Amino acid sequence: MQMSTDTDVNWQSERTDEAIDWRDRLHEGFVLRIYEPAIIAWSDRRTQTGLLIVLVYLSMALVDLLGLWRDASTSQAPRMLGAFQNWSYPLGTTQSGVDVLALIIDSTPFILQMVLAGGVWATGVAVIAGTISGYKGGLTDSVITAISDFFMSIPGLPLVIVLGITLEPESPLVLGVILTINYWAGLGRSIRSQVLSIRNESYVEAARAMGTSTVRIIRKDILPNLMPYVLVNFVFAARYTIFAAVALYFLGVLPYTGQNWGITLNYAYNQGALFGLEAIHWLLAPIIAIVGLACGLILLSQGMDRIFNPRVRTRLTGESESVESTPDHTTEVR
Amino acid sequence: MNYYLRRTIRIPATILGVATLTFGLIRLLPGGPFTQLRIQLRRRGMDAQEINARIEALQNIRPDKSLPEQYIDYLIGVVQLDLGQSISLNKPVIEVIGQALPWTVFIVIVSTLLMFILGVLLGSLQAYWEGTTFDSVGSGLSILFMSIPYYIYAVAFLVVLAFSWRVFPTSAAADRSIEAGFTVAYAVSVLHHAALPIISFTIGGVGSTALSMRGNSIQVLGREFVEVARLRGLSDQRIATRYVAMNAILPMYTGLLLLIGFRLGGTVVLEEIFTYPGLGFYLIEGVNANDYPLMMGCFMVITIALVLAVYVADMTYGLIDPRISVGDADEY
Repeated sequence: MQMSTDTDVNWQSERTDEAIDWRDRLHEGFVLRIYEPAIIAWSDRRTQTGLLIVLVYLSMALVDLLGLWRDASTSQAPRMLGAFQNWSYPLGTTQSGVDVLALIIDSTPFILQMVLAGGVWATGVAVIAGTISGYKGGLTDSVITAISDFFMSIPGLPLVIVLGITLEPESPLVLGVILTINYWAGLGRSIRSQVLSIRNESYVEAARAMGTSTVRIIRKDILPNLMPYVLVNFVFAARYTIFAAVALYFLGVLPYTGQNWGITLNYAYNQGALFGLEAIHWLLAPIIAIVGLACGLILLSQGMDRIFNPRVRTRLTGESESVESTPDHTTEVR
Repeated sequence: MNYYLRRTIRIPATILGVATLTFGLIRLLPGGPFTQLRIQLRRRGMDAQEINARIEALQNIRPDKSLPEQYIDYLIGVVQLDLGQSISLNKPVIEVIGQALPWTVFIVIVSTLLMFILGVLLGSLQAYWEGTTFDSVGSGLSILFMSIPYYIYAVAFLVVLAFSWRVFPTSAAADRSIEAGFTVAYAVSVLHHAALPIISFTIGGVGSTALSMRGNSIQVLGREFVEVARLRGLSDQRIATRYVAMNAILPMYTGLLLLIGFRLGGTVVLEEIFTYPGLGFYLIEGVNANDYPLMMGCFMVITIALVLAVYVADMTYGLIDPRISVGDADEY
C-alpha cells in the first residue's frame, strides 16, 4: 500500500487524513475495479474481438460526425455497382445510385445513440425497481411487483408499433426508450430475486443491525453484487434494441426521416428482389452491419463474465488449485 | 391467501389494465379516433349524425359521449367480445382474430418447444464436454446465432427456399384448394406452410438457450450435491438427468416466461415476412390500412394470449420447483 509514505507526515491532521484516505481509496478502487479487471478481460480472446468490433462502429460514427466520408444521396454514383468493384464505392451502390457504404456510415450515430438510450433505460429502471422491491419487501414489493407484472404481460413489439404510431418518435434517444419501454419489467423481476438472496447475507444483516440507512445498504452492499449481472443484461437490452428497431423499420411501421440500416434493408428487400443476385450486396450490407454490432456486444458480455465470475478469475491468475479439477467432474458424469 | 388463488384473481385485473391501456391508446392515436374516416365520409356528403352512427358501429366508442361513458361502453364491448368492425376487411374484428389466433399460437408453441429442447440438448452436451473442440465450436456458433435476428433467417429462407427454389410456399397458412379438416393432406399442407416460419423462429433462439444451459450445467456440476450423488454410487445417467439437468433447467424456466412474451411479439415481424395470416400479420395490415379497430383488436388479443401463457407457466412452476416462495417478505 502506498498509504504509509504519505501518512508519515501529518497523520494527526484530520483533514489531510481524510484527503489521503479519499485519494487512497480512489487509487485502490482504480486498481480493483478498473485496472485488474481490464487486464483479466484483455486476456480473453472474446473480449478482445468484441472490443475491436465495437471500436470499429465507434470510429464509423466518428467518420460520419467529422464528415470524412461522403453523405448518402441519390445519383451520386453509377447505379447497381457490385461490392468491391470500384474502390471509390467499396460496398457498391444501390438501384438509385446511392453509395451503400455511405448509407451504412450515415446511420451509425443514430443507431448507437438509440442502442445506448435503450440499454440505459431498460437496465436503469430495472435496477431501481428490482433493488427497491427486493430489499424493501412488504407493501412496496407488492406494488412494484404488480406494476412490473403488468408491463411484463404486454408483448414488446406490438406495443412499440402502437406507441410508434401514436407518438411518432424521431429522436434516436426517445426511440430507444420506446423500444425498450417494457423491457425493464422482466429484468427487474430477476434482479429482485437476486436481491432477495443477498438481503439475507450476514454482512447485510450486520449493516442493518448497525442502523445503516436503507439507501446506503443498497448502494454499498447490494448494488456491487449485482453489477456483473446488470452489465451483461445491458448488452442484451442493447441487442434487443437494435433487433427491434431494424425489424420495425424493415416492416415500415416506424416513422422515419433519415436513413438507417432497417430502412436500407427494407428498400433492398423490396426493390432488390427484382434484381436477384445482382442486388445481394445491397441486402447484405445492412445485415452485416446489424449482425456485426450485435456480435461485438455479445462477445464483450461473454468476456465480461470472466471478470466477474470469481471461479474463472482465480483460475486465470493461477492462485487456486481446486478449480483445476473442475473439468474432471464433467468427464465423470458422462 | 393461497398463492394460486391470488394468481388467478390477478388475471381479470391484468386484462382490465390492458383494456384500459388499449382504450387510452385509441384516444391518443393521431387525430383522435377516426378523424380521417370522418373527413372521408363528410366528403361523400354524409350528414353528421349518420357519420357518428357509422363510426359507433366501427368501434364501440361513441364520439359524442363523455370520456367515462365511452370507457364503460368500451369495456362492456370487450366483455361481449365486440371489438368493433374492421374498416379494410369489412368484417367484425373478432371474426378476423378468431381465424388468426390459432395460427399464431401454433407457430409460437411449436417453435418455442423446439428451441427449448434443441438448446437444452446442445447446451448440456457442451457442458459435459467442456473445453473440447465440440464445446468451443458450439459456443462460437451459439454466439453467431444469437447475433443474427430471427427475421434475417426468415428473409434468407424466403428468398432462397421459397422464391428461388420454390421448395416452400411464399404465403398463406395452408393450401386453399384443400378443405380444412382433420385430413392427412390438410395437415401436410399446414406443416409445409408453417415449416419456414417455425424453423427461422427456432434457429433464432437456440443459441441463447444453449449458452445459458451450458453455463447453468457447468455451475451445477461444481456443486457438492453432485459429488455426493456420485459417492453414493448413483448411475451416471441418473446424475446427468435428475441431478444436473433438472437443476440447470430450473432457472431457465422463469426466463421462458419472458421468452414467450418476446416470441409472441416477434410473430408480428415473422408473419408479415411470410404473409402468414396470424395475429401479427393482421396487426400490421391494420397499421398499413389505417384500420385502427383491427390494429387495436389484434394488440389486445396478443396481450391477453400472453397474460394467459404467463399464468399457465407460473402455475406449473410450482410443480417443477417445490421451493417456490409464496409468502411475502418482511418489510424493512
